[in-house]
Amino acid sequence: MQILNKGTYLDLMGKRQLAIYFSIFLLLISLAAIFIRGLNLGIDFTGGTLVEVKYPQAIELAVVREALEKDGFTESVVQHFGTSQEVLVRLAPQEGVESSELSDRAFHAMQSITPEAELRRVEFVGPQVGEELTEDGGLAMLYALIGILIYVGLRFEYRFAVGSVIALVHDVLITVGFFALFQVEFDLPVLAAVLAVIGYSLNDTIVVFDRIRENFRKMRKGETVEIINTSVNQTLSRTLITSGTTLLVLIALFLFGGEIIHGFALALIVGVVIGTYSSIYVASSSVISMGVSRADLMPVKKDDEVVDETP
Amino acid sequence: MVLVVVLLGALYALPNLFGQDPSMEISATRDAVVDQTTQSRIEQALQQLGISAKGMEMQQKKLLVRFNSSEDQLKAMDHIAAALGEDYTPALTLAPDLPDWLIGLGAEPMYLGLDLRGGIHVLIDVDMESAITQAAERYSSDIRTLLREEKLRYVRISREGEQVVVKFNTAEKRDQAIELIGNEFRNLNVQDVDQEEAFLVEVSLSPAEKQEVQRFALQQNITTLRNRVNALGISEPSIQQQGVRRIVVQLPGAQDPGKVKEILGATATLEYRLADTEHSVEDAVNGRVPPGASLYYERDGRPVLLKKRVIVTGNQIVDASSGLDQQTGSPAVFVSLDGVGAKRMRRMTNENVGRPMAVVFIENRTTTRMVDGKPVKVKRKVEEVISIATIREPFGRRFQTTGLDTTEEARDLALLLRAGALAAPIEIVEERTIGPSLGQDSIDQGFASVMIGLAMVMVFMAVYYRVFGLVADMALVMNLVLIVAILSMLQATLTLPGIAGIVLTVGMAVDANVLIFQRIREEIANGNSPQASIQAGYEKAFSTIIDANITTLIAAVVLFSFGTGPIKGFAVTLAIGILTSMFTAIIGTRAVINWIYGRKRVQSLAI
Repeated sequence: MQILNKGTYLDLMGKRQLAIYFSIFLLLISLAAIFIRGLNLGIDFTGGTLVEVKYPQAIELAVVREALEKDGFTESVVQHFGTSQEVLVRLAPQEGVESSELSDRAFHAMQSITPEAELRRVEFVGPQVGEELTEDGGLAMLYALIGILIYVGLRFEYRFAVGSVIALVHDVLITVGFFALFQVEFDLPVLAAVLAVIGYSLNDTIVVFDRIRENFRKMRKGETVEIINTSVNQTLSRTLITSGTTLLVLIALFLFGGEIIHGFALALIVGVVIGTYSSIYVASSSVISMGVSRADLMPVKKDDEVVDETP
Repeated sequence: MVLVVVLLGALYALPNLFGQDPSMEISATRDAVVDQTTQSRIEQALQQLGISAKGMEMQQKKLLVRFNSSEDQLKAMDHIAAALGEDYTPALTLAPDLPDWLIGLGAEPMYLGLDLRGGIHVLIDVDMESAITQAAERYSSDIRTLLREEKLRYVRISREGEQVVVKFNTAEKRDQAIELIGNEFRNLNVQDVDQEEAFLVEVSLSPAEKQEVQRFALQQNITTLRNRVNALGISEPSIQQQGVRRIVVQLPGAQDPGKVKEILGATATLEYRLADTEHSVEDAVNGRVPPGASLYYERDGRPVLLKKRVIVTGNQIVDASSGLDQQTGSPAVFVSLDGVGAKRMRRMTNENVGRPMAVVFIENRTTTRMVDGKPVKVKRKVEEVISIATIREPFGRRFQTTGLDTTEEARDLALLLRAGALAAPIEIVEERTIGPSLGQDSIDQGFASVMIGLAMVMVFMAVYYRVFGLVADMALVMNLVLIVAILSMLQATLTLPGIAGIVLTVGMAVDANVLIFQRIREEIANGNSPQASIQAGYEKAFSTIIDANITTLIAAVVLFSFGTGPIKGFAVTLAIGILTSMFTAIIGTRAVINWIYGRKRVQSLAI
């Protein structure tokens, strides 16, 4: 079985102008979403308290809200979580109450409806810790990018390194932008997923670059653009298959992995889709724009009679 | 080689297939030992209840009792606790039910993180600023003693922030003091500051001393917290330092976060003072507190006047247990003092027979409160007189204190006194509690997604690459077995994001095979022979696979170094998955494909 016919040769690079506009369009929307709407940050970063309680039967949110209000929790956000038996409450910090004690009091209030209410989860993050996590998260992202820049720079050439990092920044911004645009909660697991997207997207890009390098050395004729186009075409089925299998498992994770892992799976799904696109278009286009030529990739010790004639 | 690795992997992954018994771990506190008598006492207790244990094993200093069901386990808990008394702590746990030969191999099931097994995670911040000011306070009293002993007259000694300031009326005395203090306390910085008409000496802790104070405060707090946690009866607690001022406490299986936080953060201690009977309490309430005395309140709000001098503080209590007062039947704490404390107590009670003595219950709390939308640290000190009783006869090392409201309060206070005081105030800055049912749900859902994802990928590969696809499927299953085996061997923590990492690996592991197989197809299309195509396919794809995987590995390493608990779990499974998948997808499939196609001349490949 084959996805693409053996002879398939798409003029992918010829459409790169279009792809650049498309990417710029996506990036602008993402940046606008991030800066105007802002991320719906989870309590991991903002600090706060979250309590999840499971009731033996389906329960009306109004009942829970009333019970909480009776105990002074007036500004809490109450919602169903997964099923109608489970209730998730986000507690606003209260004046004069110790923040680490909020959750216990809220659970007691929720238990007053029925003593069979079961405590499923409490998350309390102090404001200091949230701030540190935000800072560490940004730093981690930066370190990952720098590490990758160095590795690709060593293995290939600096323009490839820059090309792959452009692709990565592109992927990360659009994935994060997606979360900002649809106001999906951005918590610690989502951040981890974004970091994993960096690894994944790069994986794809490297495979394409590897082919480009190989073809530069093998194909004596042809324009840079043509060689890159051939390389992308040759790796196209692989790129699509791997992304396909990865998406398959991610969809399984999204559908069956439970409510807690939803955001995480979603971030990876968006990231993988964007990463696949970017490894085809963004990374290669950037390399072309920076004017990579065959000479840059030839092993140094050459006594080859072929002189590079491409400009 | 491949076969050996696979077999070993299967062997060490095996323990995860066995069930776990609800069990109870019994450990001794203080001087008691766990031995055959303990075992027979438990057997008796169980007999009374009509429960039969599934088995009992002696482990290092611990006794493991297995039950047939968790109902039995929970029923037995209180009963066994009562039967053994305070010298033993029973803790609920799950023990894997492995056959002996597997235990002999050192094989264990994967270690589940708190988000999967349920439990409480707390991050504690140690108030280092207080640790420093407390140290400065101690030095100021040491300096006072020193100057008195040397008969060097000073005007005033006070602690200002992290400094101790001593005031003299002549420059000569000041210089003498600087030399004296400098010689006696080498770890302090001494500096003279002149103000008009006053000669001041500023004493501050040297940076090295500050560091030492902070290190000690952290270590002491960890020890105290460990004692407290052990007394709570939780098996496999973990208490670890994080950074320079934080402590992570993880309590698998713990159920009541309110109680845990109360015990961890409590600073309750006792002080024994003589009551001041010479002065009027009314005057003191109206603001005229006589020198040498302080005003306190009893629990019911009645004011009492106590002498400022403390007979014995909580630090001198070496042991404490709770029980009931034999005469009145009210809850009591039985206290034992150390040598110095006992001597002081004997002397004071000897001199003051017939006079009332008070027990003061002291609690310090540092908390963050929201004031005008901003977090503000607040320190609160609760001091209550819990009992006043007339000294009937002199006593020394061991005695009892009553006046507590409930037996539970007596038990908690005894626990705290026994565990020792915290060297510096602490504050809980993060809490994550996962109920056991949520943990189990996460395991089930995680397992389901791995299986469904695996099945889909396997079907796809088999359809798309036929025989080669089936070989890749074998590699994929092998890869899963190896991941589980390595996680079990390393006893690395498996978390929910960790399971997600495994799911992701399943999707990405076939990538290496896809790369190889695409290459082989290309080679065949170029007109090469099947054998040569296989050879070339593996060779050419190799460097690509390595490059592609190393970059993902870099991301995993960054994740690991940055992440906390669950995220670390993700990084670990991702990294292990990358390594094992390279092994199975390159070496593993090659071995199988050579075995299928290697021995004969083949005309075409099913790819």
